Amino acid sequence: MSDDTQSGAYTFAYLDEQTKRMIRRAILKALAIPGYQVPFASREMPMPYGWGTGGVQVTAACLTPEDRLKVIDQGADDTTNAVSIRRFFQRTAGVATTEATMDATIIQTRHRIPETPLTEGQILVYQVPIPEPLRFLEPRETETRKMHELEEYGLMHVKLYEDIARHGQIATSYAYPVKVEGHYVMDPSPIPKFDNPKLSGNPATQLFGAGREQRIYALPPWTDVVSLDFDDHPFETSKAPHDCDLCGAKDSYLDEVITDDEGGRMFVCSDTDFCAGRRAEGHEGRLGGDQKSSKTFANSFEGIWPATAGAR
Amino acid sequence: MYVAVKGGERAIDNAHAWLAEERRGDPAVPELGIAQIREQMALAVNRVMAEGSLYDPDLAALAIKQARGDLIEAVFLIRAYRTTLPRLAASNPVDTGAMAVDRRISATFKDLPGGQVLGPTFDYTHRLLDFTLMADGAPLTDAVPHTPVPSPRGRDGRGGETPRVPHVMGFLNRDGLIETALPDDTPPPDLTREPLELPADRALRLQALTRGDEGFVLSLAYSTQRGYGRTHAFVGELRIGIVAVEVDIPELGFAVEIGEIELTECETVNQFRGSRTEPPQFTRGYGLVMGQSERKAIAMSLVDRSLRWQELGEDFTGAPAQDEEFVLMHCDNIQATGFLEHIKLPHYVDFQAELELVRKLRAEAQAMQEAAE
Amino acid sequence: MIADALTGGFTDAPLQSARAFREILEALARPGTIRQVSGARPPPPLSTAAGVVLLVLADPTTGVHLAGAADRPAVRDWIAFHLGAPLVRAEQADFAVGTWTALHPVTRFRIGRPDYPDRSATLIVECDRLVNHGPALTGPGIETATWLNLPETAAFRANHGLFPLGFDTVFTAGDRLSGLPRTTRVEKI
Repeated sequence: MSDDTQSGAYTFAYLDEQTKRMIRRAILKALAIPGYQVPFASREMPMPYGWGTGGVQVTAACLTPEDRLKVIDQGADDTTNAVSIRRFFQRTAGVATTEATMDATIIQTRHRIPETPLTEGQILVYQVPIPEPLRFLEPRETETRKMHELEEYGLMHVKLYEDIARHGQIATSYAYPVKVEGHYVMDPSPIPKFDNPKLSGNPATQLFGAGREQRIYALPPWTDVVSLDFDDHPFETSKAPHDCDLCGAKDSYLDEVITDDEGGRMFVCSDTDFCAGRRAEGHEGRLGGDQKSSKTFANSFEGIWPATAGAR
Repeated sequence: MYVAVKGGERAIDNAHAWLAEERRGDPAVPELGIAQIREQMALAVNRVMAEGSLYDPDLAALAIKQARGDLIEAVFLIRAYRTTLPRLAASNPVDTGAMAVDRRISATFKDLPGGQVLGPTFDYTHRLLDFTLMADGAPLTDAVPHTPVPSPRGRDGRGGETPRVPHVMGFLNRDGLIETALPDDTPPPDLTREPLELPADRALRLQALTRGDEGFVLSLAYSTQRGYGRTHAFVGELRIGIVAVEVDIPELGFAVEIGEIELTECETVNQFRGSRTEPPQFTRGYGLVMGQSERKAIAMSLVDRSLRWQELGEDFTGAPAQDEEFVLMHCDNIQATGFLEHIKLPHYVDFQAELELVRKLRAEAQAMQEAAE
Repeated sequence: MIADALTGGFTDAPLQSARAFREILEALARPGTIRQVSGARPPPPLSTAAGVVLLVLADPTTGVHLAGAADRPAVRDWIAFHLGAPLVRAEQADFAVGTWTALHPVTRFRIGRPDYPDRSATLIVECDRLVNHGPALTGPGIETATWLNLPETAAFRANHGLFPLGFDTVFTAGDRLSGLPRTTRVEKI
């Protein structure tokens, strides 16, 4: 059964109408209670839990035929899972796709917020593995639900403070917890804390989908989002102390790429669209713009595949 | 319409082509047919149907073939397909008392109405590799040819009424020795259509267990036998056979049989010393699984009984098999394998964040050490 | 009557509901913005927008309450045929439709539970018109402030005071709609 013969068998954006209604109701309640995790009857998708089934269901419920969809994983449009999800929607919804952040109307992401500022009318859909920010402090859903109900977040502050006592700083570098509109503590998904400031006051609508854990939550545009911290240990972002070796950006989040077995490495923008855009504008980093692209690195494993299928 | 095409797509296509080739194996060896899998790998088919929550032996066989024999992958294929199916109707509860049994045994009574029917079991086989199977021959056996128990609704399709085979639990119930299970017409919840909410009722727990991973449910049940939430189970009855599935047709005013399915049902009898409110009596554990899935049904009934501690006024001893949230949140192998395996996806953004943190912490530690020296 | 009931639904549900949902999403994500929807022709007195919201969101798993003039046989038949949603009392409703007067007292509607604040009603309030003029609205979804001709302010201020509990509101007029989730702070007038 080829991939193409399957497409006609499914409705627009794969999910049946009743499932979409259920997800859409959850999304609207999520927008009405920012940061609160709305339970939803997540469906089994034709991709594994952990691959973005929550994000895919949210995207499927929001997509219209007029949308331009961008899918990124680790900030890059051409990581294999981003390619796979983009293909899924090309096939099941026939939507146009783009790599340009500014041209996209819906962006599904895993682990990053694009560097290019988002705009009104855009929707950013996050794939979320563990939506419960308190889960690693209290494994029981029955307990964490109570803690949210009572806004009893002392345990989280104790954990962060223990970090400070032990390490002199908060030792959480990604999935850094935030407080939404002074109420719910929320897991921003495993984005690096570098991205946390972009959560707050963002003109775009931010939707979070956790398929396996059956939760949807949301940040409406312009929502106030504060990364948890202490007066004497204020929240601070961090990134590798380098500039991008390709485009020279000083303020973008970087991937570290090992270039040889003698300790050689380079640092490149994790946001491939941002990096390519800067190089197109003539910006150049330490290693120049011509000989290597971050996309080449993202796909460097490709070389191990035979040139044509079955050529072994 | 602009559609991005990049190297990652070629890598994926190549991987799929290679996978297809590996699935086929040596082309000199005849290809497996779906019917062969369905007929000759029936227990694998049953497991895929049970954990996939879809009774369709042909599709389960197809899934096994497509998954190269990886049963969890096959379950996944079935689950993903099942999600897309419309709900046309809910059947009436099946009547296992009217089951056309292939196998029916009780460990608690030597003989009983309806008799002990050994059926097609591995129980008393000697686990010696039968090399005649390897030579494409028939297995050596002294047994008389199989004469199926009267199974009018069964696969043979012979006419006549199905004799009712009474449940062993009914005999105990008559004497008040076992808890009474009152009929309950409340529509059961459905965790495939509603998010799992805790605490769960027994119907929801049973649904989770019957589609739960056989290995996980087995190990939990085993742990209760070894002392982690001990409930002293005896197999009151185990029966495997065919039941009719009936659907009410409102326009007709009566139920119509729409097909038959094979089920395995296990009821355990468990010791119970009584509580503040109940006199000592036996209690029940229940397992019901699609297909011939005997190990799973027995395990399910033990875990079911163990999870009922609260309702029966027993103590929570901290045993995993007593812990509803632990059991229900972790028994689904599609959820489990997805989350487990997803850690092989790229995580270099998070890892980079951790690298920076560890480098920073190490640098600070080193600076402090140097300052101290 | 029956002929009425059978018409006026989406003719291409997957696409029409997708487009309409995006407008509803925008309306609730950006309270006070006025959006336009199409595709439903419900029997009077329901507006096109109210019909669209019901078609997009309500189904046999959600209770619908018809308030005042909205509660008439043609509407009931239309809902039965197109949504299959059970008609329920105000206190049980997931969705309630009617004019602001008909929906009163709005304290009847579900506001969720402290552990599940999402289990709350969504009110579909039929209005004569929607304009960005009236009490000022601030809160999530609004950059600085916006304005909307609300039928009153006290009930919405009280509802906001219940956060995280509370009902959420969609105002409908003709083919236009606007959202007011419980998060929105309404200026006292």
